[in-house]
Amino acid sequence: MIETLAVLGFPLAGALLLAVIGERAPASRVNVAVSLLTWLASLALGFKVVRDGSLLVVNKLFFVDSFNVFLIALTAFVGFTTALFSRPYMQIESAHGRLTPGRLKLYHCMYQVFIFTMLLVLLSNNMGILWVALEAATLATVLLVSLYRTPASLEAAWKYFILCGVGIAQALFGTILLYFAAEKVLGAGGGALLWTELDGVKSELEPTVLSLAFVFLLVGYGTKVGLVPLHNWLPDAHAEGPTPVSAVLSGLLLNVALYAVIRCKVLVEGSLQTSFARELLMGFGLVSVVVAAFLLSRQKDVKRLFAYSSIEHMGIITFAFGMGGPIANFAGLLHMTVHSLTKSAIFFAVGHAAQKTGTQLIDGIRGLVTLSPLIGWGLALGSLAILGMPPFGVFASEFLILTSAVREYPWATPFLLLALGVAFAAVFSKVQPMVFGEAKTAGLPHRPTMTPVFVHLGLVLMLGIWIPPFLADWYRQAARLIG
Amino acid sequence: MTGVPLWAQLINLLAAVLLLLAFAMLAQRRVLTLINLYAAQGFALACSTAIVAWATDQTHLYGSAALTLILKVALLPWLLHRLVRKLDVRWDVEGLLNIPTTMLFGIVLVVFAFNLAAPIEQLASTITRSTLGIAMASVMLAFLMMITRRKAIPQVIGFLAMENGLFFAATSATYGMPMVVELGIALDILVAMLIFGVFFFQIREQFDSLDLKHMEKLKEGE
Repeated sequence: MIETLAVLGFPLAGALLLAVIGERAPASRVNVAVSLLTWLASLALGFKVVRDGSLLVVNKLFFVDSFNVFLIALTAFVGFTTALFSRPYMQIESAHGRLTPGRLKLYHCMYQVFIFTMLLVLLSNNMGILWVALEAATLATVLLVSLYRTPASLEAAWKYFILCGVGIAQALFGTILLYFAAEKVLGAGGGALLWTELDGVKSELEPTVLSLAFVFLLVGYGTKVGLVPLHNWLPDAHAEGPTPVSAVLSGLLLNVALYAVIRCKVLVEGSLQTSFARELLMGFGLVSVVVAAFLLSRQKDVKRLFAYSSIEHMGIITFAFGMGGPIANFAGLLHMTVHSLTKSAIFFAVGHAAQKTGTQLIDGIRGLVTLSPLIGWGLALGSLAILGMPPFGVFASEFLILTSAVREYPWATPFLLLALGVAFAAVFSKVQPMVFGEAKTAGLPHRPTMTPVFVHLGLVLMLGIWIPPFLADWYRQAARLIG
Repeated sequence: MTGVPLWAQLINLLAAVLLLLAFAMLAQRRVLTLINLYAAQGFALACSTAIVAWATDQTHLYGSAALTLILKVALLPWLLHRLVRKLDVRWDVEGLLNIPTTMLFGIVLVVFAFNLAAPIEQLASTITRSTLGIAMASVMLAFLMMITRRKAIPQVIGFLAMENGLFFAATSATYGMPMVVELGIALDILVAMLIFGVFFFQIREQFDSLDLKHMEKLKEGE
């Protein structure tokens, strides 16, 4: 129990502390320290779950099982490394005059609020609180996306606000319907929205209501996952916000929204006893993969390029969970982990590359290897990893997903292969000149912090070769749970 | 209509008022009147929630009725009025073309909403189940309003009206969500409104207008 409260308490207290510290110098260090504490608390929680199994604490309000424990640790870890990365990054941005001290304070504060809401979504056992936390996450990120206050960033933030606001309202209606069905079985009151209680009686829930609820929940939370055709906000928000925010959007928010969808899917599947939910997930997933892959080649902005790549990968994961079964689910969970690590590493590298060359346009970024070998190799390796090159972890999960597709749904395989091929061609042809081309500019003089990039890529490499036994156990248990 | 108790008639009447106000908002071009319509909708919502609470002895619904009254009748309209005054867009009239077409489309949406709600109404055991269709209809009308408006403030009012409809749906299908969830939703709405307020000023500063047609630079694939 103490671990659970610590995981939530550190970022919340951190946000308040940072609001008090304000514009003074140690703010960025405090941000890192708080994120480190949150990560350590999440590790303690992980150890506890390994030792004692799943937890249900504080009046059943919080729930930790093998499905969310690794996501909690992952969220806290990426939160920590992003805080590490953002310290020098934001200093350089301030030095370039893109940020005032007041905005930097807002950034630190909202960063911790965002991490808090992410962890609350993951930990909450109450589907209503989960909704509230995800909406709060939208609000925090809207402020982060519009941090630079340029016309483009305001437009992106407004679009994000309105689209996700509408989306999340659909999810609220879905939650109301879920409560409506649950109340008949469990009686009125807070208990009827607790996931653990719902899971126990899922076969008794009214199927008509739940199928309608799932459509609303999928559309609502799917907007935040960035599933095509609800993805419009995603590239803009990624491109116009500060790079650390792009990294946590892709690395954390999309995962967490998908987590909410999957929790709902488990309930709906138990009630319906048909493949309705799976087919919906597979359909949305496949469309996202194919559409995003073809849009990749048209991108001129490097952050938009990798934002579309995020849509593609969320599509792959959604498709994997749609197929279901122990292997596809295992692969989906693994892919969630490696995509989160790889994509945030890529955004770190891209952020530094953009600072070095002074532009986010792909045509303007040339010859990173000569300008700064570390950034160049970080971006090159990250791109190879995200494109599914062995021996990185993305290869392992994509391979498992593809082989499951060949076995269970052969008709989907050509679409997947085509999309992966197109994505490879598009991203590789754009990244290659960025890294190895001839440098146009002399490059601005600042030292990059590349440690987080290589730590992430190292972990992805490790997961491609060897998955630690406790993690594999969690994946297997969670895969069984998801069904 | 003999045999229908007075409170049930009142609830149905208020539901009808709610739907009527949703249509009125759809057609309203003046920002100030729009805010007043929103407040009126909130008032109808609070009244019907209070009546349901009284008729069914659901004490926690008194709480949500009070919350609605404070938040949606007093606080949010007051904030909106203040914003409109500060931004000096009081007399803004929106050039809404084809109001009749929008209204016709709205009617189609209402029919769709009633059809969608029919199977759920059959399953509901609440005394208010017949109003579920109206709740869904007002959600959809608010959604339509958000799509058709090109200015920032009406879009936000559409967003808030959608939440009204959702709240009404929760009351009529299940006598409201658990209190902790309702408080959370109210908090989110309030924070969202405050952020919207900050946004209006920034948008105006950058674009010299609250017209969103200036904000169509970011396009797919460019």
